[in-house]
Amino acid sequence: MSKVLIIAEHLNGKLNPSTARCVSCAQAIKADSIDILVLADTPDAIGAEAAKIQGVSKVLTVANPANAHALAAIYAPQIVAAAKSGYTHVLAPSTTFGKDVAPRVAALLGVAQVSDIISVVDAHTFTRPIYAGNAIVTVQAPADQILVATVRTASWPAAANGGNAPIEALTVGVELPSHTRFVELAQGSSERPDLQSASKVVSGGRGVGSAENFAIIFKLADKLGAAVGASRAAVDAGYVPSDLQVGQTGKIIAPQLYMAIGISGAIQHLTGIKDAGTIVAINKDAEAPIFEIADIGLVGDLFKIIPELEQALG
Amino acid sequence: MKILVGYKRVVDYNVRIQVKPDGSGVVTEGVKLSANPFDDIALEEALRLREKGIASEVVVATIAPADAQAHLRNGLAMGANRAIHVVTGDAVQPLTAARVFLKLIEKEQPQIVILGKQAIDDDCNQTGQMLAALWDRPQATFASKVEVSGNAAKVTREVDAGLETIEVDLPAVITTDLRLNEPRFIKLPDIMKAKSKPLETLQLADLGVASGDTLKTTNYAPPAKRSKGVMVKDAADLVAALKTKGLL
Repeated sequence: MSKVLIIAEHLNGKLNPSTARCVSCAQAIKADSIDILVLADTPDAIGAEAAKIQGVSKVLTVANPANAHALAAIYAPQIVAAAKSGYTHVLAPSTTFGKDVAPRVAALLGVAQVSDIISVVDAHTFTRPIYAGNAIVTVQAPADQILVATVRTASWPAAANGGNAPIEALTVGVELPSHTRFVELAQGSSERPDLQSASKVVSGGRGVGSAENFAIIFKLADKLGAAVGASRAAVDAGYVPSDLQVGQTGKIIAPQLYMAIGISGAIQHLTGIKDAGTIVAINKDAEAPIFEIADIGLVGDLFKIIPELEQALG
Repeated sequence: MKILVGYKRVVDYNVRIQVKPDGSGVVTEGVKLSANPFDDIALEEALRLREKGIASEVVVATIAPADAQAHLRNGLAMGANRAIHVVTGDAVQPLTAARVFLKLIEKEQPQIVILGKQAIDDDCNQTGQMLAALWDRPQATFASKVEVSGNAAKVTREVDAGLETIEVDLPAVITTDLRLNEPRFIKLPDIMKAKSKPLETLQLADLGVASGDTLKTTNYAPPAKRSKGVMVKDAADLVAALKTKGLL
């Protein structure tokens, strides 16, 4: 008998698709019920979005001005209070949101956490990657404790819409700390598709050479309707902001099409794209490791190939 | 102000890990070990706070087998004032690590604890957050900028949406992301100096910490291989190949 509680991720009043991906994972657990917990200042619209996800039994909303920003120290005690009402599993997406809050929840419950579930063996046995995805371990958690876990979003499809779950307002009688305060969020441009959920991603690496040169990556991405990503080398070199980084310590993504341009393919980068549908590599070095995993490879000068590519795309 | 830094020893990030054929683990014999890169960044940040006069003492701590002393000496050579070695035969899981660090906090009373956001061996990304919860103090994870003033720290965090800044009262736990700083290189004279710095040894069994190692790893497997693809000769062929796959 598994009762799963999923912590909704949201920003600016919109539910993040990572939440629906957690629902897919909960379904693989063969949960008897899947509830979604929405903590927000005004959770109604977000809760309504969550209620539409197929497979969801119930949406619980906790409205509190203190929940305006996703601060782990504020969220965690509320999640713990909700989880203690009979849940066997607490799931959060393995995004920076879930990675931040879930271990705090686990520690308050006095239980271990399983990070980055990529597949479900049974309700307490999962596989997860270690060593930047160079090994996959099967991990068994005790069945007599609440299981806290994060779900590697790239490994799970988003559960479809079409549901109509009831929404209940929940009151959690816990005292919230004042020692942690939100100051600001500097967001990148939101005009392009979101890197984490885009079906096409064009990524640039050190081979692009400069922040100015990165314009050709953005231009190609716009032509394809793709999101833009980058390797760690490109971010470290200051070509693009850190929220574009794909890899072990950046975003783990699974687009249908991933184009790696001027990226040599360090293992730390490859772990971020392993679940991509088709990987295209364009690199002037024919020996670059990216070609070992690319479905389609093209050796050559990216500054010559990209304009040709744009022309061929029409 | 005292800063406590977590300093884990892991398989070096350049090593391509191999899974043992019987699925019992990964090959670690004869493999190069180094400080977890995020922990080097944590130590560097602590040293910079000391150099700015904000901190007066930097203590590095690790939970590791008896042969990890040389690893801690590296931390001392980098510039830490003292080291604490919590000796354990087996690797501990994050909840146990957090409980051990809580013991060290009780003993050392640091104002700031800096840990790497994740260790590159188990990739858990849990210990800092768990420690903050057990300590009932703030956490500022994935830090790319830390400004300490008085009894608070303003921390910029690398989050999926961009850069988030939060303010936390001290004491607090901070976990590091890649862009926080570039760790310094260890110089030879510092290695000599490190030999005489204090290194305290504690036995994990003596700390009275309840084990949180409840997860059992039952199998190790290599990742599914992507099959080798095709090479195309130019942009036109690439577009044609993508069209065949229905991607354009």
